[in-house]
Amino acid sequence: MKFGIVINEGPYQHQSSDSALQFAKAVLSCGHEIQRIFFYHDGVNNATRLTTPPQDDRHLQQQWTQLAQDHGVDLVVCVAAAQRRGIVDVDQMKRNGKDAHNLAPGFRISGLGQLIETAIEAERLIVFGD
Amino acid sequence: MRTLHTVNKSPFEKSSLASCIRVMQPGSTVLLIEDAVFAAQSETLIRPALDKGQVYCLEPDYMARGLGSSQPVAGIQLVDYEGFVALAVEHDRVQSWL
Amino acid sequence: MSDELTQDDDYTDGIVKKLMYVNRRAPHGTIYALEALEVVLVGAAFDQDVSVVFMDDGVYQLKKGQDTKDLGVKNFSPAYRALEMYDVEKLYVEKESMEARNLTVDDLVVPVEVLSAHELGELMDTQDVLFNF
Repeated sequence: MKFGIVINEGPYQHQSSDSALQFAKAVLSCGHEIQRIFFYHDGVNNATRLTTPPQDDRHLQQQWTQLAQDHGVDLVVCVAAAQRRGIVDVDQMKRNGKDAHNLAPGFRISGLGQLIETAIEAERLIVFGD
Repeated sequence: MRTLHTVNKSPFEKSSLASCIRVMQPGSTVLLIEDAVFAAQSETLIRPALDKGQVYCLEPDYMARGLGSSQPVAGIQLVDYEGFVALAVEHDRVQSWL
Repeated sequence: MSDELTQDDDYTDGIVKKLMYVNRRAPHGTIYALEALEVVLVGAAFDQDVSVVFMDDGVYQLKKGQDTKDLGVKNFSPAYRALEMYDVEKLYVEKESMEARNLTVDDLVVPVEVLSAHELGELMDTQDVLFNF
C-alpha cells in the first residue's frame, strides 16, 4: 500500500516530527511504500541543515536525510511555507536575492500541487501536526 | 467504509477528543497518540469513544509518559507503530484530530 | 496557466477522489486557516471532488466583518467568497460548533450547508482523503 505523510510542525517543538518519522519507518518495515512526505506550515523547519541538537539527543534532520538516502523517500517542502520561514535552496536563494541557502540533503522544495498529487496517488494520507 | 480517527492532544488541554467523539460514526476506530494517551486512563473521558467503536493507544507514547505501571481503561488496546500502520491499512481513511 | 491545467489533467489520468479539508481553528491566532485556504485554492486546479468543512473554532474563519487594519495582518476572509469561482462549492459548517459560539449562517461571509455532527461524520466516512491543519 502507498502512503502519503504530511507534517505540519517543526522539529523538537512538537512531537509530530518524531511521530511521523517513527510512522514512516514502520510503513517501510511493514513492507509498504511511501509515495511522498510533504512538509507544510512549520513542518518546513525539519528541512534546515543548520540545526545542532544536543549530542545526546536525536538529530531529526539527519534522520530525515537518512530516510531519503536509504529508501529513496521523496521529502518535499512547500515553497510558499518555506519562503515564509526562511528555508532556502540554491534556486530560491538566487530568485529571492538571499545570501545563503540551508536546505538539508534529501529534501526538495516544490509547490502545494505536490501535496494534492500525493492525495490523489497515495492510498492513505496521514497528517501529523499539533 | 470505516475511518481511523487519531487524536494527539490531551483531553485536559484541548477539546479535540471531544470533537472526535461527537463526529465519529459508530463502528469506527480511535487511536490515541502523543499527549492524547492520558485519555486512556480516564474512564469518564474515553467511555463515550468505547461505546461508539474501538479504541487503541500507541504504546510507545503511553510508556514515555509514565503510564506503563497501570493498565489503560478496560477495552483499550495498546499497539506499537507497526500496529498503527496496520490500523491505517485496515481502515479506509485517517482523520487526524489535532 | 492552461499548460499547467493540461499537465494536471494528464497526470491525474481521470482519477477523481473525494478530498475533504477540515478546518478547526480560528483565523489570525495561528496561520493554519490561511495556509489551509492556500491548499484549497491550489487543489482546485486538480478537478477533484472537494468539500471544505469548518468546525470547532474553524467556523470563525467565515465570520463577517473581520477588520485586521489595526493588527497589520492580511484580512483573507474575502477569499472564501472566491472559492465558488474555483468550483469549490461544497462548504459545510458543523451545527454544534456554530451553536456553541452563538453563530448563525447570517454571520458568515459565504453560503454554507449546516450539518450536525452525526451528518458530518457520515460525510467524512464517504471521503477518500482527509486534510487537517
